[in-house]
Amino acid sequence: MKTLETLTFECETGNYHTFCPISCVAWLYQKIEDSFFLVVGTKTCGYFLQNALGVTIFAEPRYAMAESEEGDISAQLNDQEELGRICLQIKRDRNPSVIIWIGTCTTEIIKMDLEGIGPKLEKDLGIPIIVARANGLDYAFTQGEDTVLAAMTHRCPEYNVLKHKQEKDLVRGLGVNLAKTTVSYSNKQESDDCILVLFGSLPSTVASQLNPELERQSIRVSGWLPSQRYTELPPLGKGVYVCGINPFLSRTATTLMRRRKCQLIGAPFPIGPDGTRAWIEKICSVFNRKPHGLEERENQIWIGLKDYIGIVTGRSIFFMGDNLLEISIARFLIRCGMIVYEIGIPYMDKRYQAAELSLLRDTCIKMNTPMPRIVEKPDNYNQMQRMHELKPDLAITGMAHANPLEARGIDTKWSVEFTFAQIHGFTNARDVLELVTRPLRRNTDLGCLGWNNLSKQAIAI
Amino acid sequence: MKLAYWMYAGPAHIGTLRVASSFRNVHAIMHAPLGDDYFNVMRSMLERERDFTPVTASIVDRHVLARGSQEKVINNINRKDEEQRPDPIVLTPTCTSSILQEDLQNFVDRASIHSASDVILADVNHYRVNELQAADRTLEQIVRHCLDKARKQNRLDRSVTDKPSVNIIGTSTLGFHNQHDCRELKRLLQDSGILVNQVVPEGGSLKDLKYLPRAWFNIVPYREVGLMTAILLEKEFGMPYISTTPMGILDTSNFIGQIEKYINAWSFLLSRGEVHYKSYIENQTKFVSQAAWFSRSIDCQNSAGKEAVVFGDATHAASITKILVKEMGIHVSCSGTYCKHDMKRFSDQVRGLCDEILITEDHTEVGDTIACIEPFAIFGTQMERHIGKRLDIPCGVISSPVHIQNFPLGYRPFLGYEGTNQIADLVYNSFTLGMEDHLLDVFGGHDTKEVITKLLSTDNDLDWTVESQLELNKIPGFVRGKVKRNTEIFARQNNITDITVNVMYAAKEKLSE
Repeated sequence: MKTLETLTFECETGNYHTFCPISCVAWLYQKIEDSFFLVVGTKTCGYFLQNALGVTIFAEPRYAMAESEEGDISAQLNDQEELGRICLQIKRDRNPSVIIWIGTCTTEIIKMDLEGIGPKLEKDLGIPIIVARANGLDYAFTQGEDTVLAAMTHRCPEYNVLKHKQEKDLVRGLGVNLAKTTVSYSNKQESDDCILVLFGSLPSTVASQLNPELERQSIRVSGWLPSQRYTELPPLGKGVYVCGINPFLSRTATTLMRRRKCQLIGAPFPIGPDGTRAWIEKICSVFNRKPHGLEERENQIWIGLKDYIGIVTGRSIFFMGDNLLEISIARFLIRCGMIVYEIGIPYMDKRYQAAELSLLRDTCIKMNTPMPRIVEKPDNYNQMQRMHELKPDLAITGMAHANPLEARGIDTKWSVEFTFAQIHGFTNARDVLELVTRPLRRNTDLGCLGWNNLSKQAIAI
Repeated sequence: MKLAYWMYAGPAHIGTLRVASSFRNVHAIMHAPLGDDYFNVMRSMLERERDFTPVTASIVDRHVLARGSQEKVINNINRKDEEQRPDPIVLTPTCTSSILQEDLQNFVDRASIHSASDVILADVNHYRVNELQAADRTLEQIVRHCLDKARKQNRLDRSVTDKPSVNIIGTSTLGFHNQHDCRELKRLLQDSGILVNQVVPEGGSLKDLKYLPRAWFNIVPYREVGLMTAILLEKEFGMPYISTTPMGILDTSNFIGQIEKYINAWSFLLSRGEVHYKSYIENQTKFVSQAAWFSRSIDCQNSAGKEAVVFGDATHAASITKILVKEMGIHVSCSGTYCKHDMKRFSDQVRGLCDEILITEDHTEVGDTIACIEPFAIFGTQMERHIGKRLDIPCGVISSPVHIQNFPLGYRPFLGYEGTNQIADLVYNSFTLGMEDHLLDVFGGHDTKEVITKLLSTDNDLDWTVESQLELNKIPGFVRGKVKRNTEIFARQNNITDITVNVMYAAKEKLSE
């Protein structure tokens, strides 16, 4: 493979497999405990959710479909009345603090005015209604969360410099879970210039791991978007710094900057010890703090990863692309000694991911590996041909291709797992490698059996 | 609009794709937005399919919304034609294309000009039919297409085979135990000296469909998929069909009886004259199938008169109800199906066998019915299994929709004589488990439900702070014990007595080194 001097960006046909963005309800309803997600769509959307979310569907989840029928499509039924009736039922059965409507392809095509109906029903019902258009016409998979968080941004209370102290106490008192756990680290008094809100949905355990990492640098996280409960959304406004923890949140970042006048800290994402350190350093530099103890901390983590790095060093990897985490994970794996052939990605926001991209480039130079090609809107069929030629040791791919690739002797790891696993921060670096090495470890055990090619079909599709 | 949490039958395009991808070398192109190709995931994961699912999407995005698909669909069809040369390409509409109302037939016509493959537009309306009806229609459509084509080319072979032969119509991918059922049916037919002319759609080739009329008659094992095709073949070629599902001893005998009738109608073609399967049926019933003996054995006495609820697709729910009532003496309190389109026939089948017939697509209604009846066992879909879990009632899964565990690697047919054995096991296991559980409850035999002694040591020199305990509770149950243990090991090694959240994470980092 040719060594490239700079990162190259390509764009293909967009014929690739990914999850529908409505899948974001799966993790968001769990994250926001008092919410209810109503997906306004068809049987197709429902069928996807029911199958993709598997067993959670049986656990009385706080999400449901408002399933459009023929009368809705032909406008024989009144959208507002129909949605009002359904939301009333939800209010009666579940009494949530917020109902989030997920607009789908259908609501887009028939131009159902969800943003118009929402406020009216909100008034009638007395429950906040947030509208997020997470549809497959515009977005892929994790971008669903981006649309929800961008919509939620408008509901955060206004940050007021004068009432700052008061509000900070409020935030602290609520379930952000940093009040007591981090006392030992916050020995200095908090200065008023660092009002930091982190955005991106993380399992609460991971959120409460990242908080003390910043706390060690005397930076207190004053809130998370989303918070554990809708009623605890962090105040936003001029003077508030925001920083993303996931690479797919570009709309949210834009909304925070433009609509809420927050200041965005553009940093690499805290995935892998290198990413986490760069993320913290960037935040420190914005707040004029000299980071202390970070290098040792990073090195410590790398030492802990030694056994896994032994497995991955020198191995090659191919990202087919479906969840937008690809750049960050690729960057971390290059740092671990892997060779990345291709980074497929559904959508590449070069501004929002600028710091991440430059860290990727630096990492390639540092590790003396060829720059990977970044393929936006990939074409799965073409990728398959390239993969046939390159024969990567590992393919990160969606579930539609995983089994067929395994049957053709290519080790795979399904990309969806990276979305649901805990991969952020120093503490979880090992979990990323645990995922990546699992197929490699499994197949070293099975490799000698000689059953690598288990398909009768020709290799390329 | 209706509020829905769960559905029994999927959307129409899933049915079309199930049929299309069951055939060999057929490629389906969905006219759909990004993410609607979830069918590929299901086929690859549930069926553990080794090969790439021959389904791609012609993506409907913002541009399509603004300007129409224009050349996009046609280009995608022609591209697939060049890449893979499928026998036909089936253009599959989805809910999105139903609303967009683009002239898909026009795309098909134009694409056919350049394409070496045939191109067909699946004739299904998302808002009128469900997965099962769509599968039925698509199969009929493809068969009709191939027969018409052969007729035009004058290549339609209408001579019947010398030996008695049949077509098996309706086994498809993602069907409930369909592959095992198909194998069992073939075995049964082989035992009876009947050749299998063709199996469609699973594994069938479109090039061979023109030979369908050569069979003496057709078998439609499942009512949901294949009936329309059988009716088409009857109308066009006078081929009779058997739509009795050979599930359970009685219906299997009935099924073989019908086979006998159809073969003997052509007995003048047979070298050895009329066939008689009576002794075969008797031998199979008494000695090959264990089910007849099982229902006679004293084990089965215990379950006699016990209440059960049955719910599933029309084929399986009706057959299982008949087996439970007629062959095992179990009291079926309620029998139901979600196949609303086949409700009349279903009611005819189970009338008189159960106290109540339930026809609904609403799983909460099924759940409420079960909760009211409180049966000893449920026989239903994965949904009923979960209802059963919640109510502490055992459940045997007898019908789609299903999970990956309902695609077993081992041989588990529901049809034919081996099928009767499998069903007997399923029923028996469901009831005994229920009984055991019940007895344990009665005699207080259950251990304390919480396991508390799996810790390294029981002496409590470690103090978990309130926060860290809360944190611990957030960790999923199945790893919580391990995390707790590891943290305590770490704490002991480092002489820490108060376990805070930070100690927990430090432990995670250290122990993983």
